[in-house]
Amino acid sequence: MDKKNYFLDEKPEKLTYGGVFRKIDDWARARSLWVVAYGTGCGSIELRPTFTSRFDAERLGMRMVGTPRQADVLIISGYLTVKTLKRVIRVYEQMQSPKYVVALGACPINGGMYYDSYNAINQLDLYLPVDVWITGCMPRPEAILAGFKRLQELIDSGRADGWKKYIENLDWYRENQRKIIKNWKMPNYNW
Amino acid sequence: MWSKIFYAFLTLLGGIAYGLLLGGISRKITARMQNRRGPTVWQNFIDLWKLFRKKTAVSHGVMFYLAPMFRLVGGAGTFLLVPIVIDSPYLSNFSFGGDLIVIMYFMVLGCLGMALGAAESGHPHAPIGVTRGLSQMAGYELPFVISVVVLMIADKTATVEGIVRAQQGGILHWHLFTHPFAAAAAFISLLGMMTSYPFQVVLAPQEIAVGPPTEYSSTFLSYMFSGRSVFAMAKYLLFMDLFLGGAGSLLEAFAKTFLVFLWPLFITNVFPRFRLEQSVRFFWTWPTFIGLVDLLRISLMR
Repeated sequence: MDKKNYFLDEKPEKLTYGGVFRKIDDWARARSLWVVAYGTGCGSIELRPTFTSRFDAERLGMRMVGTPRQADVLIISGYLTVKTLKRVIRVYEQMQSPKYVVALGACPINGGMYYDSYNAINQLDLYLPVDVWITGCMPRPEAILAGFKRLQELIDSGRADGWKKYIENLDWYRENQRKIIKNWKMPNYNW
Repeated sequence: MWSKIFYAFLTLLGGIAYGLLLGGISRKITARMQNRRGPTVWQNFIDLWKLFRKKTAVSHGVMFYLAPMFRLVGGAGTFLLVPIVIDSPYLSNFSFGGDLIVIMYFMVLGCLGMALGAAESGHPHAPIGVTRGLSQMAGYELPFVISVVVLMIADKTATVEGIVRAQQGGILHWHLFTHPFAAAAAFISLLGMMTSYPFQVVLAPQEIAVGPPTEYSSTFLSYMFSGRSVFAMAKYLLFMDLFLGGAGSLLEAFAKTFLVFLWPLFITNVFPRFRLEQSVRFFWTWPTFIGLVDLLRISLMR
């Protein structure tokens, strides 16, 4: 079968957003956040209690899904190595718009305790648009739930537009990503 | 004729809505059994709207686009062939002579369409899920068909309506009580049809992501979502008609389908998962054996 068929190897045209249903859309999107079950660092250990019986994130309408195609939220849980960054970019671009990024912990903000590491990145929003930051090392499930409450507010008022910024400033993001990832052995655009 | 089509359309919408609501109730009950609060019972409607309005930028070929439609049409077709309220001109749907055999064919259609579409998506998890789904279908179809044949021989009819009419006159005339072995076989195979948990080998979360629909997103997934809920409704209604005596009013139909819905739900929450070969072996031994016993009994008694 034609391999090229699986990737859309061209820049996406500017996605329009809005219409008559925009209020209902935002309301529904805020109350049905599907999180891709992918942990990049130590923070993913805090996501398990968040999503199971003790803290029960499902009462906010959130659930874990096993594939980026069906997910709305990508959680960067903790430190991000260069090797993982490549996977994270692929996962993020395979998610369907509108999509949101939540960064957990100190590491994506300024490197945290890995600030001088040779293979961990220091500042996440050079490479991916982040909608909500949750500080702490590591943030407790209560903090994560508070962060998701904030994300819901942002979506509800139509201000969580990181995915739009990513498409508008794609060249800038690509430049930054290619500076870090030396062996770019993947399609140019993988949505 | 046109009014019948109009009412069939209305029942279809009602069926999707009630199926989504039952899905929400099942999420709530599961949450309470796990000592959680759980989402609202309307959560599935919110999910459906969100999925329907998301952008879609994936292209994998024609069959990839058609598969969710197959799923929806397979579900809707089965739903429209099963009479909901007997004797009602609006709610008996398009049942006709010999429809039970057509229904059994129609129930396979959605799975086959899904298999073709998932195979075209190119994701390695999809063919694994498809293989598992079709193998397991071969497993649960056997006891189900045996128990349906038992009912056909017992009532000397191949229509759902005829089988419902044979059960009128009180609870003890229900096939659940007059043919308990056939009912047991069919209700065990219902667990496989609903892929409730000991037999959840198709989607198999934590193992093969979500199996066949791994590559499906947004609007496609919303079609599959509604197709799945209307298909589930069709099965509940079919089991209500075959074993619980059908329904004389809409309220009775709601109550009895809710009873059928509770059976796989309570099983699914207390069991871990079989492997594929364990699942198929189970279906081909116990429920098949129970069904064959009843088939032998009904053939000797005639």
